[in-house]
Amino acid sequence: MKTKSLTRFDWRSSFIYWMFALIFLFFGILLRNDGFLSPNNLLNIFRQTATISVVAVGMTFVIACAEIDLSVGGVAGLSSVVVAVTIRDHGAVAGVLAGIGVGLLVGSINGLLVSRIGIPSFLVTLGMQGVAVGTAALITNYAPIPILSDAFNRVFGSGSIGRFPSVIFWSFSAVLLGWITLTRTTFGRRILATGGNRDAAEFNGIDTKRIKFTVLLISSTVAAIAGMIYAGRLQTGRYEWGTGDELSAIAAVILGGTSLFGGGGTIIGTLFGALLVGLINNGLILAGLPVSEQQIIRGLIIILAVALAKKK
Amino acid sequence: MNAIEMKEINKSFFGTPVLKDVNFSVLPGEIHGLAGENGAGKSTLMKILQGVYTMDSGLIEVAGSPAEISSFQDARQYGIGMVFQEFSLIPELTVAQNIFLNREPTNKFRLISDRSSIAKAHKVLESVGIDIDVTVKVSTLSRAFQQLTEIAKAIAAEAKILILDEPTASLAKHEVDSLFKVLKQLTASGVSIIYISHRMDEIYQICDRITILRDGNLVAVDSLKNLSPQEVIAHITGRKDVEMLSYEGREVDRRSTPVLKVVELSAGDRVKKVSIELHAGEVLGFAGLMGSGRTEILRAIFGLDKVGSGKIYINGEEKTIKNPREAKGVGMALIPEDRRRQGLIMEHSISTNILSANLEKLSHFSFLNFQKINQFSQTAITDFEIRPPEAKREVKLLSGGNQQKVVIAKWVATNPSIILMDEPTVGVDIGTKVEIMKLVRSLAAQGKSIIVVSSELPELLGVCDRILIVKNGEVTDSLERYEIRDEDHLQLMLQGINA
Ligand SMILES: Nc1ncnc2c1ncn2[C@@H]1O[C@H](COP(=O)(O)OP(=O)(O)OP(=O)(O)O)[C@@H](O)[C@H]1O
Ligand SMILES: [Mg+2]
Repeated sequence: MKTKSLTRFDWRSSFIYWMFALIFLFFGILLRNDGFLSPNNLLNIFRQTATISVVAVGMTFVIACAEIDLSVGGVAGLSSVVVAVTIRDHGAVAGVLAGIGVGLLVGSINGLLVSRIGIPSFLVTLGMQGVAVGTAALITNYAPIPILSDAFNRVFGSGSIGRFPSVIFWSFSAVLLGWITLTRTTFGRRILATGGNRDAAEFNGIDTKRIKFTVLLISSTVAAIAGMIYAGRLQTGRYEWGTGDELSAIAAVILGGTSLFGGGGTIIGTLFGALLVGLINNGLILAGLPVSEQQIIRGLIIILAVALAKKK
Repeated sequence: MNAIEMKEINKSFFGTPVLKDVNFSVLPGEIHGLAGENGAGKSTLMKILQGVYTMDSGLIEVAGSPAEISSFQDARQYGIGMVFQEFSLIPELTVAQNIFLNREPTNKFRLISDRSSIAKAHKVLESVGIDIDVTVKVSTLSRAFQQLTEIAKAIAAEAKILILDEPTASLAKHEVDSLFKVLKQLTASGVSIIYISHRMDEIYQICDRITILRDGNLVAVDSLKNLSPQEVIAHITGRKDVEMLSYEGREVDRRSTPVLKVVELSAGDRVKKVSIELHAGEVLGFAGLMGSGRTEILRAIFGLDKVGSGKIYINGEEKTIKNPREAKGVGMALIPEDRRRQGLIMEHSISTNILSANLEKLSHFSFLNFQKINQFSQTAITDFEIRPPEAKREVKLLSGGNQQKVVIAKWVATNPSIILMDEPTVGVDIGTKVEIMKLVRSLAAQGKSIIVVSSELPELLGVCDRILIVKNGEVTDSLERYEIRDEDHLQLMLQGINA
């Protein structure tokens, strides 16, 4: 007896790449005289998507595990502020540690509430988003805190390695690490198992509570690092950094082909999803559309793309 | 020394005792049958051995020394492996990934090596004589192949004691044969096997000894050499004479317009130009090997799969059936093969499940009529002898056989004129099997038209008026029941040998 493998070509699984190519071509032709294809602009797209792609890598883990993390934007803002304040008072190294501490702290709280008490991650992280942004605003009294450490700013965003902005290094590392973790480690496999069928995963001896805890911890920590990249790039900490990033990150993950229902996940897809979101933003700005129209078109493109990418 | 010894095990759920002072022991290298009606406590006893449930009192010994088993991992440490009745597979992972789930082979950088798990999985499957592409996702496999994957998984884990809970429920004859060969092979290497089944022929074919439970009590332990099938059945049911299923010839009027007529229906690559005529009061059987396309034919007729070409007539009128709602609209019901995935909402109660297919009937201007619902589900529970008879009980807490009764009850309650049944007696105990088959016949006697897909040939022979042989998505033969001499004859026909 032979299994009939369903090898019919599944264009949906490679959908994001087609979509990416198509939109790239579209803007490339339409905006060829506006410098869309100039190396500088292309590098810009990368730079602008760096934070989203970093956050989206963490988000891929969460969604593959059939959970969601809406607090990442808030965590990024909070981390930027805590980093800025700590650097001002205690120097750059303490600042970085404090930033990561923010991610670990928020992530543990999210993780504990979801895995131990059993509150849906949607609610926990929605609440946490408010708490994080509010705390950031409270600490700084709504004011931006400048960061004067050159070293910090260079490492986290303003500097460059050869021709490449250091932010790209961050997003590249996040993607590489995320990709290896999800596809090549037992931890990654356990995430997919937990998201795919939690009961079955339990029967296989997987501690699904711990997995849920860990993915939320990772997502928060990664978001805190994204907050530091904001801080370094803009040389300030501000509670508003990262606002709305959770939605861009979720859009990137889903566009990339990860199912919202868990059980599957592709980091490379997520990277292209993030790049696609960045591409669209960049193109719309270069086209000189007013912000309101940009928002409408961006929203429509994302809905359309997700609708097309949706598996039956 | 016993490989496993369970002493005076007690367990109750919500104050209801499910196991009462049960003793159970297995010798090294033996295949030990575990039998009993639906809800007798077989799965519960095994889940205790697995660390899934904790016993209220009792003692477990593995290879002569007391064992504390409080989790699945513990059980694994003691070399106890289980092939789950409800699958432990992750649908989105591949066969190889599932086989090595949570103990993936890793390379020197401690990264998973899918290549080596594919190679290893391949080897395991080969040793077992199962031919599955280990790189496909489990979700794309049929039930039978998922079951085989589940078995391969336990074998790959090198269990010393292997528990199989109704492993052949969805396997075809030759698959069962190759499974049995593997089991024999395993016992030769010292593995003990606990084998739960409702099929008497299998128990006699493979088991050395048998333990029989009834309502949570141990009623018999003996070598099968000392027990006749009648005695085993008597122990299982607690009744002296159990009615067996035998065919009684019936007349079906084939001159009138067929209730369901399917002409050259094709769908996907699994249903090829299938033509069927089904008359009022007729029971039509589909016989075929696992994967022959029987399920897919039912799915296409019921509007679950997209139909490529062909026509469907209901009472002589051409209909296009694009989805199950339209199928229901023309009076069809489909009782699916995989109750957990397609038939039931496991977290919901018996009555909510029965309700789900009968919403119109049990509501008034969209408002649910709870009095009617209660009455309705109570009737179904009594008619189908669902146990425990508590309408509010979540179906995931019912034994497998009782879950199946809920599915059937739910669809019969919609009062369909055409009933498509896909493996209706999977996991159902001997007594209930006979009841379900009697039910099929009484529905037919009321004028309903029924298609039954079953891998249990005696069952088809017991109820069908006509049997179609399905092979590779095509109907290759159509036989009147009286043309078939016996089970062996039908088996030969299935294998394409005209005898
Ligand atoms: N988790 C649970 N909570 C409550 N009741 C349960 C639970 N699991 C099983 N039961 C009940 O315990 C009894 C024994 O069930 P069990 O599944 O062991 O039967 P079984 O012998 O395996 O039957 P089958 O042949 O149908 O699989 C049944 O009445 C069932 O409803
Ligand atoms: Mg059972």
